[in-house]
Amino acid sequence: MKHPTPKATRHVNQNEGLIFEKSSAGKAAWKLPPLDVPEVDTAKLLGNAERKDLGVMPEVSEIEIIRHFTRLSTWNYAIDLGMYPLGSCTMKYNPRVNEVVARLEGIANGHPYQPEKISQGALRIIKTLSDCLIEITGMDAITLQPAAGAHGELTGLLIARAYHESKGNPRKKVLIPDSAHGTNPATAAMVGYAVENLKSNSRGMVEVSALEAQMNDDVAALMLTNPNTLGVFEQEIHKIAQILHAKGGLLYMDGANMNALVGKVRPGDFGVDVMHLNLHKTFSTPHGGGGPGSGPVAVKCALEPFLPTPVVITKNDGTLGFDYNRPQSVGRVRSFYGNFGMFVRALAYILANGPDGLRQTTEDAVLNANYIRKGLEDVYDLPYSTPSMHEVVFSDKLQAKKGVRTMDIAKRLIDYGFHPYTTAFPLIVPGALMIEPTESEDKAEMDLFVDAMKSIAQEVEEDPQTVLDAPLTTRVSRLDETAAARKPILRWKPQTS
Amino acid sequence: MRYLPKSPADREAMLKAIGARSIDDLFAPIPAEYRLSRDLKVPRQMAESEIVDWFKQRSQENGIEYASFLGAGAYMHYRPVIIDSLISRGEFLTAYTPYQAEISQGTLQAIFEFQTMICELTDMEVANASMYDGSTAAAEAAMMAVRVTGRSSVVVAKSLHPEYREVLATYAHHQGMPLASAGFTDTGRLDLKQLEKAIGPDTACVLIQSPNFFGTIEDVAAMAEIAHKNGSLLVVSIAEAVSLGIVEPPRDADIVAMEAQSFGVPVGFGGPYCGVIATKEKFVRQMPGRLAGQTTDRNGKRGFVLTLATREQHIRREKATSNICTNQALVALMVNIFMTVYGKVGLKELAKQNLAKAAYATDQFGKHARVLFTGAPRFNEFVVQTSEDPYVINSRLLGHKIVGGLPLKKFYPELGNAALWCCTEMTTRTSIDTAVGMLAESEAEEPRGDHAVEEVVR
Repeated sequence: MKHPTPKATRHVNQNEGLIFEKSSAGKAAWKLPPLDVPEVDTAKLLGNAERKDLGVMPEVSEIEIIRHFTRLSTWNYAIDLGMYPLGSCTMKYNPRVNEVVARLEGIANGHPYQPEKISQGALRIIKTLSDCLIEITGMDAITLQPAAGAHGELTGLLIARAYHESKGNPRKKVLIPDSAHGTNPATAAMVGYAVENLKSNSRGMVEVSALEAQMNDDVAALMLTNPNTLGVFEQEIHKIAQILHAKGGLLYMDGANMNALVGKVRPGDFGVDVMHLNLHKTFSTPHGGGGPGSGPVAVKCALEPFLPTPVVITKNDGTLGFDYNRPQSVGRVRSFYGNFGMFVRALAYILANGPDGLRQTTEDAVLNANYIRKGLEDVYDLPYSTPSMHEVVFSDKLQAKKGVRTMDIAKRLIDYGFHPYTTAFPLIVPGALMIEPTESEDKAEMDLFVDAMKSIAQEVEEDPQTVLDAPLTTRVSRLDETAAARKPILRWKPQTS
Repeated sequence: MRYLPKSPADREAMLKAIGARSIDDLFAPIPAEYRLSRDLKVPRQMAESEIVDWFKQRSQENGIEYASFLGAGAYMHYRPVIIDSLISRGEFLTAYTPYQAEISQGTLQAIFEFQTMICELTDMEVANASMYDGSTAAAEAAMMAVRVTGRSSVVVAKSLHPEYREVLATYAHHQGMPLASAGFTDTGRLDLKQLEKAIGPDTACVLIQSPNFFGTIEDVAAMAEIAHKNGSLLVVSIAEAVSLGIVEPPRDADIVAMEAQSFGVPVGFGGPYCGVIATKEKFVRQMPGRLAGQTTDRNGKRGFVLTLATREQHIRREKATSNICTNQALVALMVNIFMTVYGKVGLKELAKQNLAKAAYATDQFGKHARVLFTGAPRFNEFVVQTSEDPYVINSRLLGHKIVGGLPLKKFYPELGNAALWCCTEMTTRTSIDTAVGMLAESEAEEPRGDHAVEEVVR
């Protein structure tokens, strides 16, 4: 390799097979206590419903399981290893005290149906987090039931629809900017709305005149991400809200990018009627390789009657309880009360920050993104020069001339010890490089990142093949995704001899 | 702020590099009238020790060290300690969705193993990487059946978890997906005559649960026959995954919608849990959620990737099979480790202990009260009908640090003073005997007057 890779992480290169390949009869990692009730005759109890065999389920010992998963873990990149600048994903530090408090006996082992009398702690956590999130968003009421961001979108649009139905007309469509996340149109379809695209203007923002032209009595809501997926704050947000409200429409805000706003500005103050948050983005609950998330939905008071059941209320005696008697509710979107364990972690994060910490966090997130923008704007094409908030979007226009695309640069970044940025999104930027450093990166880490990106740009000029072949330092090289999709192998099967 | 890695001098240097005079310059794009000029009214910044103390108090208020007979979709099984040791590794905990396969092989291989074990246990051919929970998995499975069959309506068993039915109703409302229901007989099983009546040419699927909400194991084959004869699919929801150790898998089903919480996931006041959908290979392209698949790298080495993404929202947008994006990955890893620990023999032995405890408890309760639905096999839950209001009984039990069964009045008023009790391998004979003893006492007394019932269970 011509260029040094100063921060390359070493992945353990040993081969770790599938757990089934280690299994053999008679090994075990479990031991049950002696049964303190009489044994039963399963055949007699279950008859022909009795299961005889569990197929290829593994038989392994405890040490093998520890080594197996520990080895697998070393093949993953993670925030704990370094910068993870996935745009729109907000990969920030996941505080460890969150994990400790979520595992306290009464919190981890509370049953969702246990009497309210012995659930006051859990209810207090839900109430306190709800109050904090209402204050942070500037909204009036909230549900914590949705299990993730997309689930929050679904809930938010169901609420919007129920609101319109209560006025006698559910309306027909939802406006969605062309820069939006794919979950937005997918959600609108699930709620029975037609999707109408809204074109962005040359500054990467909603074109207000276009909105004005498209807005009519058929539009139930505009789903807007703010800052949008270019990391740009919709500066004409007040006009946008006015246009919607004048024709009876609602402003839905996708809160995926709330990390740019907390403590600095509140969506409720700039005209948002309904929005979701991602506790696994803005409020530090771990992504865990793809979940669990949590997608609370906050609303203005006109939409409060439509929140999913149940909601937490303070009863006359001062204790907390659940209210199920909500005739206008959209119903339930998930069993029980949502991803409670994530509420605990998000609240621990808010308590660790306080008002000053939350504001400083937002300021640092925006500072970091702008620092990276400054560091790279001479080397990578910046399709929109509009000021950036918490993330910055470049394009591969300059590198594409050498046949190198955003995904190639991303793969090469792995060799430099970083997780790639988000590639090829938003769709309005061909060959996008979407970079969100979050507040969790120090200056030195970002300097290394900028150096790495510059070094790759230079490689593209001098030796594009190296970039096209990347990554070169990982356990596996580029994987054949086409073959995987053409003839899917979705489970292990024993070899038949 | 202790999570922020910058000194004031760093911030100054960075602002200077950007060419900004102050941090306010960077927030200038936000119209001034909306910028917040005060502190948020949230609690002040706390020390780590204070945070731990605050949550310890909440933990105490939540009632600990109660013996509980609650199940109903959230089951208290022992969690081997290595689950938390392993999922606490930062490489699993703090990684994103494995879109960059080369540096996500750990997560991807784990998902592949998870899919394999779920297939094996449910006797299905493919399983996805997870759904939010059992309720949304059931609703999404019904929507999948609509796509597969091109029909629009669903027949739902009344013995499906009531909250799953509520979620289905919410999802169905705007999908043009009419719901019909079929009740249960006095064996607790689905009433096949009602099913025959409810099913029709537009029925996309029949959705049942087994073991059902009452703990009764359904005759899946009989229902499959009725559904298939009508050209409909059979969707089987499984809320108590441990049952799969000893109960025949629903192999006649077309789609299995599971809640895998029983496999090593804390009851945790209702979440996060782990839904899963498993099905036949021929339906895979209509399946929602992520899938990991095996492939090779440029050197022919085995590796894993997320695959069949053309079903998903980030590619198909409004034409996707679902809007699901973030799922329950880390919880699926807990489930995965649990299944690996117990494995082929352990899961069976574990399930047997559950069966034995519930059988013992049923016998004991049956001596003093009426156990309903005795005509069909059941797993680890049973319904006890008393002359006294179960809320009153539970109130008394609570004083002895026992949480009694779930009163069913709210969901099934037709069952009268009935409650759903659950025993797992964690339930001791002592607590069963104590609960039975107290119930026997109250049942032996004259029914009390209609004095104020302290509402202890919702």
